[in-house]
Amino acid sequence: MAFLPELVLLAGALGLFVVCLGDHGARRARMTALAVSVATMIACAFCLGQEAVLFDGAYRVDLFSQILKLVFAFGYTLVVLLSGGLDDIREDVKPEYHLFLALSVCGLVLLVSCVDIITLVVALELSSFPLYLLVAMRREREDRRSQMESAIKYMMFGIAANGIMLFGMSYLFGLTGTTSLPVMVEKLRPILHTPLVIAGIAITCCGLLFKLAVFPFHFWTPDVYQGASNETAGVIASLSKIGAVAVLVRFISLASPDSRSLVILLTLLAAVSMFYGNLIALMQKDLKRLLGFSGIAHAGYALVGFVALDNAGYTAALYYIVGYLFMVLACFVVICKVSCDGDNVAMDELAGLHRRSPLLALTLVVGIFSLAGVPPFVGFMGKLTLLSAALAKGHLFLVIVTVVNTAIAIYYYLCIIREACFRDASQRPAIALDGSTRALCVLLMAGILALGVLPARVLDGVSASLTSLNPPVATKAAQR
Amino acid sequence: MTLPASNMDFPILSVLIFSPLAAAAVAAMIRNENILRWWTLAFTTAAAAFSLLLWQRFDATTAAFQFAEQAAWIPSLKINYAVGIDGISLLLVLLTTLVMPLCVLCSWRYITARVKEFMVCLLVMETAMIGVFCALDFILFFVFWEAMLIPMALLIGIWGGPRKIYAAMKFFIYTMTGSVLLLVAIIALYLKVGSFSIPDMMGRNYPADFQCWIFLAFFISFAIKVPMFPFHTWLPAAHVEAPTAGSVLLASVLLKMGTYGFLRFSLPITPHATHVFTPYILWLSVAAIIYGGLTALAQTDLKKLVAYSSVSHMGFATFGIFALNANGIEGATLVMVNHGVTTGALFIAVGIIYERLHTRDLGQTAGMGKFMPVFAGLLGVFCLSSLAFPGTNSFIGEFLVLAGGFKVSKLMVICAVPGVVIAAAYMLRMLQKVAYGHVDNPDHSRLADLSFREVVTLVPLLIFVFWIGLHPQPFLHVMHASVQHLLEQANAPLAATAVALR
Repeated sequence: MAFLPELVLLAGALGLFVVCLGDHGARRARMTALAVSVATMIACAFCLGQEAVLFDGAYRVDLFSQILKLVFAFGYTLVVLLSGGLDDIREDVKPEYHLFLALSVCGLVLLVSCVDIITLVVALELSSFPLYLLVAMRREREDRRSQMESAIKYMMFGIAANGIMLFGMSYLFGLTGTTSLPVMVEKLRPILHTPLVIAGIAITCCGLLFKLAVFPFHFWTPDVYQGASNETAGVIASLSKIGAVAVLVRFISLASPDSRSLVILLTLLAAVSMFYGNLIALMQKDLKRLLGFSGIAHAGYALVGFVALDNAGYTAALYYIVGYLFMVLACFVVICKVSCDGDNVAMDELAGLHRRSPLLALTLVVGIFSLAGVPPFVGFMGKLTLLSAALAKGHLFLVIVTVVNTAIAIYYYLCIIREACFRDASQRPAIALDGSTRALCVLLMAGILALGVLPARVLDGVSASLTSLNPPVATKAAQR
Repeated sequence: MTLPASNMDFPILSVLIFSPLAAAAVAAMIRNENILRWWTLAFTTAAAAFSLLLWQRFDATTAAFQFAEQAAWIPSLKINYAVGIDGISLLLVLLTTLVMPLCVLCSWRYITARVKEFMVCLLVMETAMIGVFCALDFILFFVFWEAMLIPMALLIGIWGGPRKIYAAMKFFIYTMTGSVLLLVAIIALYLKVGSFSIPDMMGRNYPADFQCWIFLAFFISFAIKVPMFPFHTWLPAAHVEAPTAGSVLLASVLLKMGTYGFLRFSLPITPHATHVFTPYILWLSVAAIIYGGLTALAQTDLKKLVAYSSVSHMGFATFGIFALNANGIEGATLVMVNHGVTTGALFIAVGIIYERLHTRDLGQTAGMGKFMPVFAGLLGVFCLSSLAFPGTNSFIGEFLVLAGGFKVSKLMVICAVPGVVIAAAYMLRMLQKVAYGHVDNPDHSRLADLSFREVVTLVPLLIFVFWIGLHPQPFLHVMHASVQHLLEQANAPLAATAVALR
């Protein structure tokens, strides 16, 4: 029973495969995908409290993984709603698009339950490879094949990062003689401060930092965002980052409770990511590129939670990245709907959005202000929890860097608002929205607001699940 | 810390804070623009009448927070939903609820495009503004404090004048950048105290250097909001470009939040640092008084003139606050209320001029008073009030502030007093031009005098000008206990230092 969500999703993927075999399956595939996503969500909700260890200890179902699976299922539903017409995907591969999307989500769902590095790598690949294909599936344009460039770039970087991660894992395996993470934690504890362990953990994390797009593993981000179709970029920006943070929690907690060199490394990465992402975003004209660079900065914000190296910090990072799913999807809904014929959207194409489609403009305002960290939205609450966790451990420098970056970022976020709300463009046509887009907009705004105003239950849930994941060490409790 | 029981068995503050949000939700569903205007007017008037209950039930003999409510909000971070008011915040809450219906009235004809969104923005503003003055939890405060920027930026950016985009961006970036360090200070205090409760943070003996850092973080945020002298540059742009209602809200309520922040946070939480920085802030206030006045004297745009006069008046408010004695702080609080009444009225008056002539240029408007006698009369009263003419409200406030300042430093008061004279100069210059003008006035003979709606907009403020001016006792009485308590907090642990500073 505990494996139900995965089974539902796999069965759904098989069903989608069958749909792909017929002709003109685009609409049917979308309906199937929607049904699968809703069914997965129900299955996840149903299995929320369950605990089990499967496949000889390689796969653990616990509160931590189940909460994240629910988030993935919900995010998947949102993404399916988002990819309504798939205007910019080649007509003949539209059903396959849904198939690969389902497989990628399936990989993510498996990923959060893996407690053995072998299954973990397999799940990570399962979540990544379909994404490379999704990028390449964009329609070809006259004398421009940027989608292929992006796909190749994404794949090259991804595979290289995976290789580095496997290299790091080989150290950890060599030092402990096991591939099981819980056993590894025990065996690493006495030798935690040897350079080899630190190097092993750090190198292993590289593969995940690539998915999260942290500096210096960020190079693919803007190009892939720009080259991929709008819907695909939305998936890459939201769902796969949650997976990366979830697995990062498992690996970084190997180094808990205290590892000075890792803290310095993470601090540095976080600070540089924030500055790099925000400063370059200031100059962007293409909306997706801008979100790509701002995504690098947000990955830096999420790392601020990891620097604390305690459950409060991990809770904050997870909460923040889940909130980020809603914020960034809110922006991508607007991009998908504003773009004509699925093309990329430049900043000035947003002009007069508040007249052309008030609902989209409102969605954009909520999403952007949330990204900028303005209360009462989730972006603010997330930053508050991150900063509190980091400051509680005395990382004043990093906290100051973070708020300085928040201040820098306000400018470009405000530029988007300026285009959408303050400028008038009477010549641009009104945008008609279908029912599913309206529902998506309302869902996203409600999510951003609810997570921001009433975060207590979410925070408690995540925090409780982390306690089951890595119980606090006695010495640390004494320090408090 | 547990808050004292409420004076009422009814969560009056929560209702006041959140009912505008509900009203905004209703407004979002109304399609007819006239019904929308009437609905917003009816609601804000009802809220103003309802808030009078606070005035009636307020117990002026105690400095404790009254009408308090508390509930757990985010237990894992020890964030509570806590609200309550003392004598100082009571006046500001009442000022807010009073100004709101006037904002709706003065936008009646002025706003013709996207009326619904405008009214929703106004109502969301009301929630945030009342929330700021009532919040007793620092995170709750910060949420309201920042959330207010969104509707205000939209008010300026969508319904504003020709340079609205510049003004809205500048306003937002300036104020939000100012408050990011405030957030760090809040978290740092939380880690020392173990809760976000504002009363809990007061009266603790933090280490001196810690206090100084916290004070500076507070100071940047609040000084930008006030705005104090070197941080004031966003204000003229925002005031000039904002629609009338936006200017009124900015002047009457938003600027007060900076000074309120000094009173509520800087003085009681970081008393030691307050004494360290007092001389500098007093001099900055003097600079603001003189600089604002001189700049106002040079303006030909009516809104800019009033905006710079705000800088000068708020200089009096900060001067009074950091005089750190009863006269100074009571005077400063009164200046805050007076400025809300008088400057709000002046902005409404400028709006009335603009609706008729579509210009705010002093030369173009010259002489219109001859054909609009009622308007000229009202404008005259508000101008006199603004220059602190005896018998009007501002006289009492500024007199108390200067009296308080006199006990601190005669030199500073002597430097500040010319500000009053300059105020007379720029206000009378404006009044003389608009009311009488010159021989070569543009032809204004077809102008209609004030309509009934416009008279109704200005009369409530007129009543307050004379009420506070002639009988300020009720207003002083209501804040007296709170100010005394505040002074104890600010001075008690440092009595010796305070003496030395004199």
